[in-house]
This record gives sequence, C-alpha cells and structure tokens, in this order.
Amino acid sequence: MQAPSKSPLRISWQALFSVLMFGFMYLPILVLGFYSFNQSPNSAQWGGFTLSWYVKFFNDSRILSALSDSLTVAFCAVGISAIIGTLMAVGLARYRFPGKQLYQGASYLPLIIPDIAIAVSTLVFLAVIAVPLSLWTIVAAHTVFCLSYVAFVVSTRLVNLNPHLEEAAQDLGATPYQSLVRVLLPELMPAIVSGCLLAFVLSMDDFLIASFTAGGGATTLPMEIFSRIRTSVKPDINALSVVLMVASGAVALIAETIRYRSEKKRLQ
Amino acid sequence: MSTKVPSESRPIAPTPQWLQALLLLVPAGVWLALLLVIPTLLIFELSLVPNIKPGDLVNPSGLGNYWRIFQSDVLNVIGRSLLFATGTTLLCLLMGFPVAYWIALLSPKRWRNLLLLAFVLPLWTSSLLRSYAWISILRPTGVLNTLLTSLGLPTLDLLNRSPAVFIGMTYSLLPYMVLILYASLEKLDRRFLEAAADLGATPPQAFWKVTVPQTLPGIAAGSLLVFITGLGDFINPELLGGTSSMTAARLIYNQFLGATQNWGFGSALSMVLILAVSLAIALLIKYGDKNASSL
Repeated sequence: MQAPSKSPLRISWQALFSVLMFGFMYLPILVLGFYSFNQSPNSAQWGGFTLSWYVKFFNDSRILSALSDSLTVAFCAVGISAIIGTLMAVGLARYRFPGKQLYQGASYLPLIIPDIAIAVSTLVFLAVIAVPLSLWTIVAAHTVFCLSYVAFVVSTRLVNLNPHLEEAAQDLGATPYQSLVRVLLPELMPAIVSGCLLAFVLSMDDFLIASFTAGGGATTLPMEIFSRIRTSVKPDINALSVVLMVASGAVALIAETIRYRSEKKRLQ
Repeated sequence: MSTKVPSESRPIAPTPQWLQALLLLVPAGVWLALLLVIPTLLIFELSLVPNIKPGDLVNPSGLGNYWRIFQSDVLNVIGRSLLFATGTTLLCLLMGFPVAYWIALLSPKRWRNLLLLAFVLPLWTSSLLRSYAWISILRPTGVLNTLLTSLGLPTLDLLNRSPAVFIGMTYSLLPYMVLILYASLEKLDRRFLEAAADLGATPPQAFWKVTVPQTLPGIAAGSLLVFITGLGDFINPELLGGTSSMTAARLIYNQFLGATQNWGFGSALSMVLILAVSLAIALLIKYGDKNASSL
C-alpha cells in the first residue's frame, strides 16, 4: 500500500531531532519504572515482574515518616505563602511608596539567588539568633521562596486584570474588605491555586534549604532519599520514584489545566 | 531607587489608605526582611571572619576568607563551576532551539500546548530522583553499558566524572530553555521570513538574519536562567560527578554540613556566588536594553 501522494509526509530534521529529545527527557523516567518492577535490581537485564519493591517501600517506616515531615512542611509553608504572598502581590500592584523597588527586588531574590546561598544565610541567621533547628525552621525557610513564587504568579494575573472592577464595587457601596474578598479574590483564584501548586512541588523537592535548616529533629523526603542514594543504589528507591513521579505528574497536570482554562477564559 | 520619581510616594487611590497598604505589605515584608535580607547581610559580616566555627564570637577582622578564594585549589573549583554552567548553557541552547522551533513553528497548531507541556512535564518530578535515574543509566553495569555491550561496542565509563555532570545538568535545565525559547519563537513575525524568502534568501540565511536576531532576547534570557541555575547546582555535581567534580556549591556545602567546618570561608564563597549571579543578571539587563534599542 502506498500513501496518497496528495499529502506527502514531509518530516523536517527538527521533527526528528525533537522526537530524539523527547526520548532524552523521558528515558530516565522509563528506566526508573523499568527497575521498579524488575526482580533483579542490580543488572539492566529483565529478571521478571515483581511488586515487592512497592511493598517494601510502603512498609518502610523511615520513608513514611519522612514523607509526613515533607507534607507538613509543604502544607504549612504553602498555606502561609498563599495568604501573605497574595496580599503582597495585591499591595505591590496597588500602592506606590518610597522604597517600593527595594521591596519588589527583595521579593524576587528567592527566584534568583542559588538555593545553596539561601540555605547558608538562613542557617547562619538561625544560629545567630539561637533558634533551635526543627521542622518549624524548615517551614519558615520554605515560606520565603514559596511566597515569592505565589506572589510572582499572582502579579502576572493582576497585570491583566481590569483595574476598575474594585472601584466599581466600592462605588456600589462595598467596603474595601468586601471588594477584596468578593471581587478581587475570585478573579485571582486560578493564579493563587497554580502559584500554590508550583510552590508545593518546589517545597516537596527542596533538598538544600531543608537540610541546612532541619537540625537533628526532622528529616524531609528529599533528605532521606539523598542519604540513601549516597550510600548505594537501593531498589526500593525506584518504587518510591515511580510513586512520587505519578503524584507530581498529577499535580502538574492539574496546575497546567487550571492555567490553560483561566487563559482561555480571559481570551474569550 | 524610587527617590528619583517624586510622585512615587503618593498612593494611587485618592483616599489615604496607609493602613490597608500596611496590612497588605507588612506580613510578607517582615518575613522577607527577617529570613532573607538580614541573613544575607549576616553572611556578608561572617565572611569577614577568618576560621570561624559554630559557637565562636563573630568578630569581623579582614578579607582573609576572600583572599583564600584566590588560592589555586579554590580557583580550580570556581573555574570548574563556570565550565559546567557555561557548557550546560551551550548544550541546552543547541539541543533546545530545534525543539522549541519545531513545537512553535512546525508542529500541528492544536498540539502545540500539549507538546510543550509534555516536554516540560519531567521538571515537576523530584530533581534528586532524576539524578538518581542517571546513576542507574550511566553506572558501569547500567542501562547504557548493557546496551553497548549487547551491540558489541566498548563500554563507556562516564559516571563520577564530568561527562555525567554535563548530562545530568543539561537534562535538568533543558526544559527551562525550551520553555523560554518557545515563548520567544511563538511571537516571531513570520512575514519577515516570507519577505526574506521572496527576496531570495536561502533558509540558512533567513534563519541567521531573521529568526536569530528576532529571538535574541529569548536566547539571552534562556541562557541566563540556565547559566545561573547551573552555577548554583549542587545535586547533579554531587551525585553524578564523584570526588573529581568539586564545584563552588559543593565546597560551600562542605563548609557547613561537611567535614571541613569553616563558616567564614563558606560565607565568603556564598557572597561570591551571589555576586556572580547578580553580575550575570546586570549584564543581561544592559545587553537586553541595547538589543531592544537597536531593533
């Protein structure tokens, strides 16, 4: 059978190269998946299908307690950031004041400065004011970059917003608080949610800042994973990777769908 | 600074709303000041203290920690960090441009959003586990060497050496590059390309004279992002590079959580890293402005 000559399939070299690069991006993920179901974990040969690594991982109390530490940190840091990050974005969009550029610059710093430098300075600060390191010092440190990301995503939405919406609400008798909660907040909600999801994933992923601010009391999931990878290749880590990747892939899809929908709505 | 514009100190809203402004801006401001600005100033102070260990009194006494950076072993480490960051930037540009070009200009229009999303999806997974996956691929009995052996080819010893670091860093940062280049290529005015073709330009000529100049801001922004992220990368050099791939970020880590505890020297190195990143951004802003005015 021959392809109809009317629509000749022209394949550019960019298309071929892109397919190759897609392969490059997904190769490590496929490899982890392959190993996680493989009975012989220390060779690249297929040794038969097994779920034992998943069973082992779900019964591993250290992994589970690290997961619960990570989730506690991420939920607290993102929760605080959702509130104060959004307030900051609204405040920066609304008011002009002396030193505004300095304030704005500081709010962008966590997006720019390398994690290692933030980790070091937070550790030094906590040592100087003699605060004992714990789970809550990780929350405080994570809130810094989480609030930056939330504020960043929310301000890009604020730029595209009709500035007269709130004025109209206040002309109709709404108090400033009412117009913020009833008018502005619903408009900003998609941006707040996608900013929070981004911050959540970054908080769950952070190794450096957490390990500098954790002390002996707390171990987050990345810290636990790091200490295991350092020692040797551990097959149950493969199962953990697959579970985590499916979970964060789901979060990513939710975030992208929200962003895509709100953009579509805006364009209509 | 805002003092240049006198009208800036007046709120936009007609009624005095200083209380509302305070309520909105103070919580995050205090948080940022306490846990970001003051700590950064503190490590600057600490960087002036030689041989400080936890518990010692802070007593700034000179630039010894900064002179230490100019010793050849530390300069080697900084040079290696710059090499990893620069090499990764070039690799990401070379590999990312065709992908972004294909998604933005050549692929079917309805697939574009989906393709871009699919390409950057691995970014959302744990960066530690992505590096760990490369260990599984590159180690002596890993996926790559098993494949090479079965094809009758000689095995490659890449893990714990710099090639593995380049692979891991390029893998981590390529999606950022594609994302930024895509945004730039999507806005490309195709009438210029058509005009160039009408005027007899060959495709390579049109590419270098039309596409590249128009997407230069995107190229610069993507390169900067990859460069500064690569410069501060800890995980890939640490997990894939072995002992021979010491970088600035790893050296800083060792001054605080490693065997060699020297907080002053670690702070000085952190200040240098922050300075390098700021310098790169300043260069982009200057270069970007020039570029904008020449268009």
